Amino acid sequence: MNTEWLPALILLVPLCGALLALANRRSAPYFSVLAAFITLLLAISAAWQVEAHGPLSGSDGLFYLDALGALYLLPVSFVYFTSSLYAIGYLWARQQEQAKDAAEPRYRQYFPLMNVFALVILAVPLVANLALMWIAIELTTVFSAFLVAYEDRAEALEAAWKYVALTSMGAMIALLGVLMLYYGTHAAGQAPTWDGLLKAAPHMSAPLLLLAFVLWLIGFGAKTGLVPMHTWLPDAHSQAPASVCAVLSGVETSAALYMLLRIYPALAVNPGIHDPAAWYMTAGLITVGSAAFMLIQVHDFKRMFAYSTIEHMGIILTACGIGAAVHEQGTVYQLFAHGFTKSFCFFAAGLAGIIFGTQEIAKVRGLISRAPAVGWALILGTLAIAGAPPFALFLSEFEILDTGYSNGQYLPTGLLTAFIVIAFIALAYQATRIAFGTPDTAQNEPSPAIKIPRSSLAAMAIAFIPVLVFGFYLPPPLTHLVHEAAQLLEVQG
Amino acid sequence: MITVSPIMLSIAGSVAALFVVFGLGVMVSRQMLASLRFFMGQSIALTLSALVLADALHTVNLLWVALITFVTKVIAVPLVLRWAAGEEVYGRREVDQALGIPASVLVAAVFALVGWFAVAPVLPTLHGVPFAVINLPTGLIMVLWGAFTVALRRESVAQMMGLLIMENGAFFGSIAIVHNLTVIAEIAAAVDVPIVALVIGLLIRSIRRVTGSTRVGTLDKLHEH
Repeated sequence: MNTEWLPALILLVPLCGALLALANRRSAPYFSVLAAFITLLLAISAAWQVEAHGPLSGSDGLFYLDALGALYLLPVSFVYFTSSLYAIGYLWARQQEQAKDAAEPRYRQYFPLMNVFALVILAVPLVANLALMWIAIELTTVFSAFLVAYEDRAEALEAAWKYVALTSMGAMIALLGVLMLYYGTHAAGQAPTWDGLLKAAPHMSAPLLLLAFVLWLIGFGAKTGLVPMHTWLPDAHSQAPASVCAVLSGVETSAALYMLLRIYPALAVNPGIHDPAAWYMTAGLITVGSAAFMLIQVHDFKRMFAYSTIEHMGIILTACGIGAAVHEQGTVYQLFAHGFTKSFCFFAAGLAGIIFGTQEIAKVRGLISRAPAVGWALILGTLAIAGAPPFALFLSEFEILDTGYSNGQYLPTGLLTAFIVIAFIALAYQATRIAFGTPDTAQNEPSPAIKIPRSSLAAMAIAFIPVLVFGFYLPPPLTHLVHEAAQLLEVQG
Repeated sequence: MITVSPIMLSIAGSVAALFVVFGLGVMVSRQMLASLRFFMGQSIALTLSALVLADALHTVNLLWVALITFVTKVIAVPLVLRWAAGEEVYGRREVDQALGIPASVLVAAVFALVGWFAVAPVLPTLHGVPFAVINLPTGLIMVLWGAFTVALRRESVAQMMGLLIMENGAFFGSIAIVHNLTVIAEIAAAVDVPIVALVIGLLIRSIRRVTGSTRVGTLDKLHEH
């Protein structure tokens, strides 16, 4: 079967979705949901092909999809679909909540941008060339800036500006690193792709490779939300619509992290670079630790999930260092499961915000008694993202910690365990206050005019399926894909 | 092994010096219009550097880089800025910044040292890359200065200039070592700068419409209480 066209088609469908959404305002949401659904089917098909027959390539080397790319493609396409479906009703309800006499939501602005935003995230694992990957990552910021600023208030614009300034600054720093690697691969007679980089890395000058990596760590670290370049993340998530937060937090931050993970084997095979895992563990632990303590004092539940994203980015980076040369299955599974789980959390948080008209934790109590479906979704989402059993992230975090302890990495694994426990307690405490507290009838009474939109509830229900199912059952092809993806990060011998 | 004449090396060095001076101008100039003009000057220096290297290394691709740089940064970006924030840029308005000019220059000098020492171990390993010793440290220093400019300025247009000189720095450093970006990557890079400038310009317009100013230093409502 000829599958060369699959990567190009995966990018073509969101582009068509964007153009159709731009052309027809009334049907914009439906075109977008349809485009996202077709993209999801194509992504599953591509992942299936990679699992069965190895990496996919096409268009004269323009595209290349291996197991790690395919594993990342699945949550991206899934979150793109659920977020598009969720946005239809959510944007409407949000408009009604903010101004009763307001016009219809600006679907014609939102949906074309969301489709193009999804397109550039999907391009990151699909394109073969390092420079094109960098361009795709930079464009994720460009196309999502107006999604963050969608509500057009001073606060939303402030958040969008901080997001653009900090992540673009990071992108420019990473650009020099990308071009240095371009030189390194070319000098070694290889193509500027992941495969070429891995083949060229043992022959590359160690100072050049190390400088390029440091530029990547700072540059892509800003986009990933690594501390101290994380400051844009809580602000953007507190202001952006929940449907945008789901994509930003679930899969966009992971796009830059994907780049940081993929350069690791190249560092490890260069004889002049000693212990690159230490860089990953240090940056990761600083990030997890800071996020865990920030989770204790957070006052806004969307900011809470944003800090949780920072925590998870740190966990994945630390896990990459801990699992170095041994076992990276926990790392890639965490990357995979985080996308599904975090988007589900933001869907629940967005509806809670609509019900109460505020995101302040202190003002929101008794969510379960007011809206049981949303209340339970928030509780289950929080437990899932905190790493409680039987959810998918429990498995990955257990695997990461088990790998660390069984390989004698006691100090970093011990610190990681402590930070995960602190974050778990903080998240569980905040979520129980929101869900089970006594409803305050005197203030923040939900408006009877605002109904929970059915499309958003449906999207939330769909989003919950992988969060739950992947905790105790992973289909054999997916298990194989996780194994293959982990091997791409493992450095043997 | 590529050998180049000392004259070409000295021309490349002079262009690099111009590039640095214009970068310093973007960072410390008090008026927005002056800052924009320094940025345009720096982009012309980048264009010249690409032309010098194209001639010395007989690389046609660098001619494309020169053309793309000139069209996007010397022509397109100022046009976008005129449209997005014309009054702010052309109104001879002073730019707020977090540090005074003498302190900023001092910090810039420290960043120059940091940039140089970061690149110094790499340079001996770049065999057969004659211009790397000039362009690579200069490029990294400009990336650092651009980041500092974004942190220093309290004005959206001036912060955008910081981002753009960072990109100029990345390209200035890399044209000495990379002459073979694929055609698709070159086209994408050419499209990227105007798109970034356009979107940031649109955001600046929105900020001005909602807050009545392009001063982002006053936007500080979002933080943990």
